[in-house]
Amino acid sequence: MSAAVAAERDELLATDELSAYYGDRKAVGDVSIAFTRKAVTALIGPSGCGKTTFLRCLNRIHEVGFDARVEGRVLLDGQDIYAGAVDPMAIRRRIGMVFQRPNPFPTLSILDNTLVCAARGLNRRQRFDCAERALRAAALWDEVKDKLRSSPLRLSGGQQQRLCIARAVAAEPEVLLMDEPTASLDPIATAVIEELMARLADEFTIVAVTHNMQQAARVSDVTAFMLADEAGVGRLVEVDDTARLFTKPGDHRTEDYITGRFG
Amino acid sequence: MTVAALGQRRLRRRRVYGSLGTALALLCALLAAGALLAILGYVIVQGAGAINWSFLTALPHPVGVPGGGVGNGILGTVIIIAIATAMAVPIGLLTGIYLALFGRGVIPEALRFLSDVLSGVPSIAIGLFAYAVLVAPLKHFSAVSASFAFMMLMLPLLVRTSEQAIRSVPQTVREGALALGMSNLRATVGIVLPTARPAIITALLLAIARVTGETAPLLFTAFGSQFWETNPNNPMAVLALQVFTYAISPYPNWQAQAWGGALLLIVAVLVLSLGARLMLRRAMQGLES
Amino acid sequence: MVQPRFRRVARFVSPADRGFAAVVYGGSILFALLIIGLFIELVLGSWPSIAAFGPSFIWKSSWDPITSNFGALPMIYGTVVTSLIAIVLAAVIGIMAAVFLADFAPRWLSAPLSFLIELLAAVPSVVYGLWGLFVLAPFVRTAIGPAVQKVLGWTPLFSGPVYGVGLLTAGIILALMIVPTVTAISRDVVAAISRDLREASMALGATKWETATRVVLPAARVGIFGSCVLGLGRALGETIAVTMVIGNRPEISASLFAPSYTLASVIANEFTEATTSIYISALIELGLILFVVSIVVNALARLMIWSVRGST
Repeated sequence: MSAAVAAERDELLATDELSAYYGDRKAVGDVSIAFTRKAVTALIGPSGCGKTTFLRCLNRIHEVGFDARVEGRVLLDGQDIYAGAVDPMAIRRRIGMVFQRPNPFPTLSILDNTLVCAARGLNRRQRFDCAERALRAAALWDEVKDKLRSSPLRLSGGQQQRLCIARAVAAEPEVLLMDEPTASLDPIATAVIEELMARLADEFTIVAVTHNMQQAARVSDVTAFMLADEAGVGRLVEVDDTARLFTKPGDHRTEDYITGRFG
Repeated sequence: MTVAALGQRRLRRRRVYGSLGTALALLCALLAAGALLAILGYVIVQGAGAINWSFLTALPHPVGVPGGGVGNGILGTVIIIAIATAMAVPIGLLTGIYLALFGRGVIPEALRFLSDVLSGVPSIAIGLFAYAVLVAPLKHFSAVSASFAFMMLMLPLLVRTSEQAIRSVPQTVREGALALGMSNLRATVGIVLPTARPAIITALLLAIARVTGETAPLLFTAFGSQFWETNPNNPMAVLALQVFTYAISPYPNWQAQAWGGALLLIVAVLVLSLGARLMLRRAMQGLES
Repeated sequence: MVQPRFRRVARFVSPADRGFAAVVYGGSILFALLIIGLFIELVLGSWPSIAAFGPSFIWKSSWDPITSNFGALPMIYGTVVTSLIAIVLAAVIGIMAAVFLADFAPRWLSAPLSFLIELLAAVPSVVYGLWGLFVLAPFVRTAIGPAVQKVLGWTPLFSGPVYGVGLLTAGIILALMIVPTVTAISRDVVAAISRDLREASMALGATKWETATRVVLPAARVGIFGSCVLGLGRALGETIAVTMVIGNRPEISASLFAPSYTLASVIANEFTEATTSIYISALIELGLILFVVSIVVNALARLMIWSVRGST
């Protein structure tokens, strides 16, 4: 994507020469990319290409890992989230995340899971409304409205994942990161989540990692292709509108990957 | 005699040895389990006769006066263990959290080593420590010094189990909490600890079971008392100590009461151990689902 | 898929987290200080005795509160002898039981038997002592003692009057108390020996018993030895039950039927009655000896058990 194209799109989140390390091992190298506001960007690539690590740098959850380290900048609305004075907690509230495996909090009820990071200082009525809004946004309300007080572990995997989406949505973030959100789900649950992603894009800027190209083609507006180089460092190969990337890839490696996997 | 016949005989002999060995092994297992049943049976037979309402609720009577009970000892046991728990749980939990969150490096390894050392220290030596810290300087025996000794006895188990329990909470759960913008404080106290709670409660029950029958450090900390003592700053009666004192006394009435007290102790300890096992089963199920 | 566990260093940035980290550090430091303090207090408390008697405290055999002349040898002797009796008995019974539970017993039998044996570990020391005093000691006096003396009475080991209480009775009680430790850990170690090894042995035509004794046990020997040393550590420091059945006499006698004393039981018996400060200090020094010995023994045991479990 040329600089001119990037400038005319409204970009909420961007990275500048972002590299990520585990100890001495460089997992992601010098990735510069911008994410369009209120669009779904898919990160695709073979496994081990660093796409999940890259995603985890965007909300500063990468650094929670032992010996994990980040270089470069991540700009949220022009502000570097890795700048010295920035509180990672505040960043994570603005940039929500949905993980590969559903991870509802096992000791909290469905209602409390939803509200665990919702705004503070609400009264009972407001909290309930907030939960309903978030659960409706995650297309889960009708299925759980009668058992809000029960354990989330009783829900199916797809329902649990939607609960995690509701939990992230209730915190009212600007960006939603999704790390292969359907990887552990069956096809029907996957379809529900995919539909949901398209709808959530009306309100949030979504960056989703997927190893499934059909899924990227179905749900995303923009697709970025990553690949590990000979040293095992994940690099960004190209990023473009999804339709164009899948029909006229600009890089032969992208083409190899797409044609090798499609069909 | 043919070679085949010789082989047959050797095989038969080896089979006989095998059966004898297996029988011997079975015998040893039964002996160990049987010892428990023998002790348990004897304590029940001897102790059941001594237990009645006044035994559970009355004060000890002076020598020569029939009757009397261990009510103050039961109360003292509860008070001392309650104070010990209140002291041991925060220290044990905090150290467990530290070991789980900062698990590598020299200092955590040193702490784990110290914890293992402490778990092997005889309770009588810990009693001497409690005496040196809380009895000698104040110049009087006290229940709180006994609680201090019990706390030391409970700590190793609490530290290691809470570390393991916290570690066994899937990393995804903790990351999920942090990714929502929670502080480490909230993620640990609000999300991770409640998930690890059944395992931690199991450890606590086992630790309490361990000190319930502990007697040695009480000799020069709680010391014992003839009264309804509730002030932890004073010497206090403890059930295990009463069992010891009565057992080595020359009076049949007291000896009978020792059996009664022993039965109470065994029941309490077994109930706690079984409770811990049930709790553990629940903890395993919770993590699997 | 194996869930990743905690192996992370968390960063503590916000004020709430700084406070949290401080409290966590504080608790851990307190824990460390308590253990270090335990050692320091024992050294300080025994200092007058160490200064007065020097190293000869360990090999002097007089224990005389009236002349304030103290030596620990009788207690060390009693402790070593009772613990040895205990560990020999417990090792034989415990290892055999462990082999049975791990290799021979059907599941319906091994689960409840293991459970019973582990409950044995939960029975309080004072209850063992009570049982030892009123059941085992009379049994030793009236049955075991005379029977053994009829055959082996000519050896110094079993000579002299049989009081019931004494080294042998204390050793047996200790054995009962440490059998669960030996059994439980040995069973785990034996069970951890790989199936391949057993199957290889069976395939060569060995019987189950031969496999257990010639293949499995040798392979598990380090861990089993570790479990015995751990049991030994328990026996060395055990106090109340021993105090009740050992007879409490600071003498060295060759006979296993003779009353004796252990390091722990002399502290239990005399500490509250000790009047002079040198007497108290000598008792604390016994505690210090016990402390150091138990640390060495436990460290040894854990090293052995780790070396096996770590590699399997």
